[in-house]
Amino acid sequence: MDIFTQQIINGLVLGSIYALVALGYTMVYGILELINFAHGEVTMFGAMIALAVMGALLGTDLPGILIVLMGLAVAIPGCMALGFAIERVAYRPLRRAPRLAALITAIGVSIVLQNVAMLIWGKQYISFPPLLPVVRYEILGATITNLQILIIVLSCLLMAGLLWLVTRTKLGAAMRATAQAPDVAGLMGINANTIISITFILGAALAAVAGVMVAAYYGLAHYHMGFLLGLKAFTAAVLGGIGNIAGAMLGGLLLGIIESLGAGYIGDLSFGFLGSHYQDVFAFFVLILVLVFQPSGLLGERVAERA
Amino acid sequence: MSMLEARGLEVSYGQIKAVKGIDLNVNPGELVCLIGANGAGKTTTLKSLAGMLAPSAGDIHFEGKSISGRASHDLVRRGIALVPEGRGIFGRLTVEENLRLGAYARKDTTGIRQDMDRAYDLFPRLAERRRQSAGTLSGGEQQMLAIGRALLSRPRLLLLDEPSMGLAPILVQKIFEIIRRISAEGVTLLLVEQNAKLALEVSHRGYVLESGRVTLADEARALLANPRVRQAYLGG
Repeated sequence: MDIFTQQIINGLVLGSIYALVALGYTMVYGILELINFAHGEVTMFGAMIALAVMGALLGTDLPGILIVLMGLAVAIPGCMALGFAIERVAYRPLRRAPRLAALITAIGVSIVLQNVAMLIWGKQYISFPPLLPVVRYEILGATITNLQILIIVLSCLLMAGLLWLVTRTKLGAAMRATAQAPDVAGLMGINANTIISITFILGAALAAVAGVMVAAYYGLAHYHMGFLLGLKAFTAAVLGGIGNIAGAMLGGLLLGIIESLGAGYIGDLSFGFLGSHYQDVFAFFVLILVLVFQPSGLLGERVAERA
Repeated sequence: MSMLEARGLEVSYGQIKAVKGIDLNVNPGELVCLIGANGAGKTTTLKSLAGMLAPSAGDIHFEGKSISGRASHDLVRRGIALVPEGRGIFGRLTVEENLRLGAYARKDTTGIRQDMDRAYDLFPRLAERRRQSAGTLSGGEQQMLAIGRALLSRPRLLLLDEPSMGLAPILVQKIFEIIRRISAEGVTLLLVEQNAKLALEVSHRGYVLESGRVTLADEARALLANPRVRQAYLGG
């Protein structure tokens, strides 16, 4: 088996998920200059809601794929409502407050959501029911499963859709205008509050899909799963240049690949001293490197150029 | 009846009162200017009329209805557009996208297309650069874009804040020519300008603002001849 190709495939799968979550961070940052630290928890809620729906439907004789789709179909609007509510309740009253207040609130919302999830779904790991029969394909000496292909393809479609929305539609132009100069956008007849709500809702919808993907990929979900996932996606957003949508996609994919290659080779590189469970180290190593050497990220503009 | 009428308008930034009880009115079809020194409250007045700042006291009526405290995104739909100080171009959007956003509140697709063509007619430079990002335009081109964009909302009242600021004299002439043309097409205009002479020459009436108060209000011709105005704003 070709380890390098295998790690690239694994990295792409992981990276597509990071990218989907990173988009939520970067879109909100682009408009409000706020790091919505509760975004990881929205992802977790996506997984949890979907699993709850799927669990309820398990006894029925519906086909497995349909049950998963129904889980997704409830998780997406559920997360959209959650994203909308978070902004309305927690962030909007602080719109004119110092930025630190909003940041601390974001961390608070994150903790509250984790605890709510724990109260609803308990502390134990919830397993993803074996509804999707696994099919393996050989490619360039490595293995790829049907689920991995599905995750990559679906992520690409969603990202392409989002790019189209942001760059080609009237709503997208209004979003970019609001991000750049909210006061002037108001003069065009754009209601900044509506645009901000839509941004949160879009990010949450992507997070819901990502959450279900993570649960399906690892076969598990847990009330705490959003924390690390959120931090990594945030790292991906910073790596790509926070506020930049294409950057979040690039950063997500790169981070997934870096992590995956790192985990694959760390044993060899450290002469067997460190094992692949050090995988998580790489994301934060990348975050530190980016913040020290290229704070504006790969595709971000220099901070001074922001009007 | 006036199209726009402000009574006892006061606007504050925190503790500081920038506009201290202004009365002004603009009649349909008129071109009216506000002149005054830096910090006299011209921009603040205009911003509150366009809904960017909420007045702390007083009343604003537009076409007979009170609009004080209304947000700008609402006022655009009622027919008020503002070309803000410093132009407010969305630099990372293309010229075409900027123009289109001017028509954001409108639904009449054919009308918008006609007005886009008219804007490109009025400003051929913009047509040449429609796919370029607006941040790459020169100052004069940005001012044209800002005016073109405001016109795309089909305003009945157009507010212009310092359209000549930072422009070369030849461009200033050009911008004022366009202002005259817009006025001739029937759009009511309220103009704020540092360049008092040019502003009064194109206007029907003018107001002189000093430290947040109207100190003079008259026909533009009379203000141009007024010794006090000549001394303070027209260089003697």
